[in-house]
Amino acid sequence: MSLRSPLARVRGLGSAREGSSHWWAQRLTSLALVPLVLWFVFSVAMMAGADYVEFIDWVHSPVVAGLLVLLISVGLLHSNQGMQVVIEDYIHGEFCKVVALFLSQSVHIVLGLTGVLSVLMILFRG
Amino acid sequence: MVEFALPANSKINKNGKKHPAPAGASKTKTFRVYRWNPDDGQNPHEDVYEVDMDNCGPMVLDALIKIKNEIDPTLTFRRSCREGVCGSCAMNIDGTNTLACTKYCADVAEGDEVKIYPLPHMPVVKDLVPDLNHVYAQYTSIEPWLKSTTAAPERERLQTPEDREKLDGLWECILCFCCSTSCPSYWWNGDRYLGPAILLQAYRWIADSRDEETGSRLDNLEDPFRLYRCHTIMNCTKTCPKGLNPAKAIAEIKKLMVERKV
Repeated sequence: MSLRSPLARVRGLGSAREGSSHWWAQRLTSLALVPLVLWFVFSVAMMAGADYVEFIDWVHSPVVAGLLVLLISVGLLHSNQGMQVVIEDYIHGEFCKVVALFLSQSVHIVLGLTGVLSVLMILFRG
Repeated sequence: MVEFALPANSKINKNGKKHPAPAGASKTKTFRVYRWNPDDGQNPHEDVYEVDMDNCGPMVLDALIKIKNEIDPTLTFRRSCREGVCGSCAMNIDGTNTLACTKYCADVAEGDEVKIYPLPHMPVVKDLVPDLNHVYAQYTSIEPWLKSTTAAPERERLQTPEDREKLDGLWECILCFCCSTSCPSYWWNGDRYLGPAILLQAYRWIADSRDEETGSRLDNLEDPFRLYRCHTIMNCTKTCPKGLNPAKAIAEIKKLMVERKV
């Protein structure tokens, strides 16, 4: 029960003055993922039957390692932003929402660091 | 909030009162109508009315008016212009939000039965009448009038024919809210998301060459919830009884948001 006017409730805390960067970044990352994913799927398919050494050899090039780092970071950035929207859409309790956003971001950061560092380890250590 | 099941006091009793067709009626149609009375403490229910179509106009609104006049005067619904201009008789007919006055009974897909419900996910005042206070407040919040700092001219404010054309597909909106109430994003987040009807109206003023507050209008909309809860689900465009495209208007606003940044 609230005695605030409908307009006061609609205006609420005012506009957050953000959202467009998030939206635009999501469009750009999805665009970037099209060639990156195609390249990755095609490359891995071409290596069907390859053994461990051949695969490590493939990653052991600055171009391939660079593209892999891009794929992992852009993919996880896109996924992180997407998950944020899903959580904001469906979880409404303020506490639950903040916890879910924090957990989602943490998982994405850990996954991103693990992926990128793994590629770099192969690149530099062979 | 997302609700996958209706609250206990909203469960609809499917076995309401049945009003059979008058004896001797040769061509009848069945109308299954949502009923809820705030005063009797009961859950909502569906009443069934068999209408003699030989003595009834072709539109769903004609049938509703006939039911109210001749069968059951307690049936409550809004109506005014009966020609698709006022937006009063927006309701959910045969599973789609539309205007009862422009929907032919014969066009209902499900055989002889016409199911009529109020606009989805809005508080119900009674029967087919939804509470529109919140959407009207949202409409007020976008300040739907021409704003200008330049002193008013002696004559009307001029606009080129090309600029005038930019308002086509926007000014026709009659604020029936069929689109907003068909949008899942509006169902889940209607408290903060403005919804397609209001965003189309907002764009109507953003796109108006005579308006001088485009920037502050965009400022007002730049918000993760007010604007960006639109996920291009497209129900709005699919359901609009006036054939407008609110999804496109929202996309235009999003484009302008980026345009002023890059």
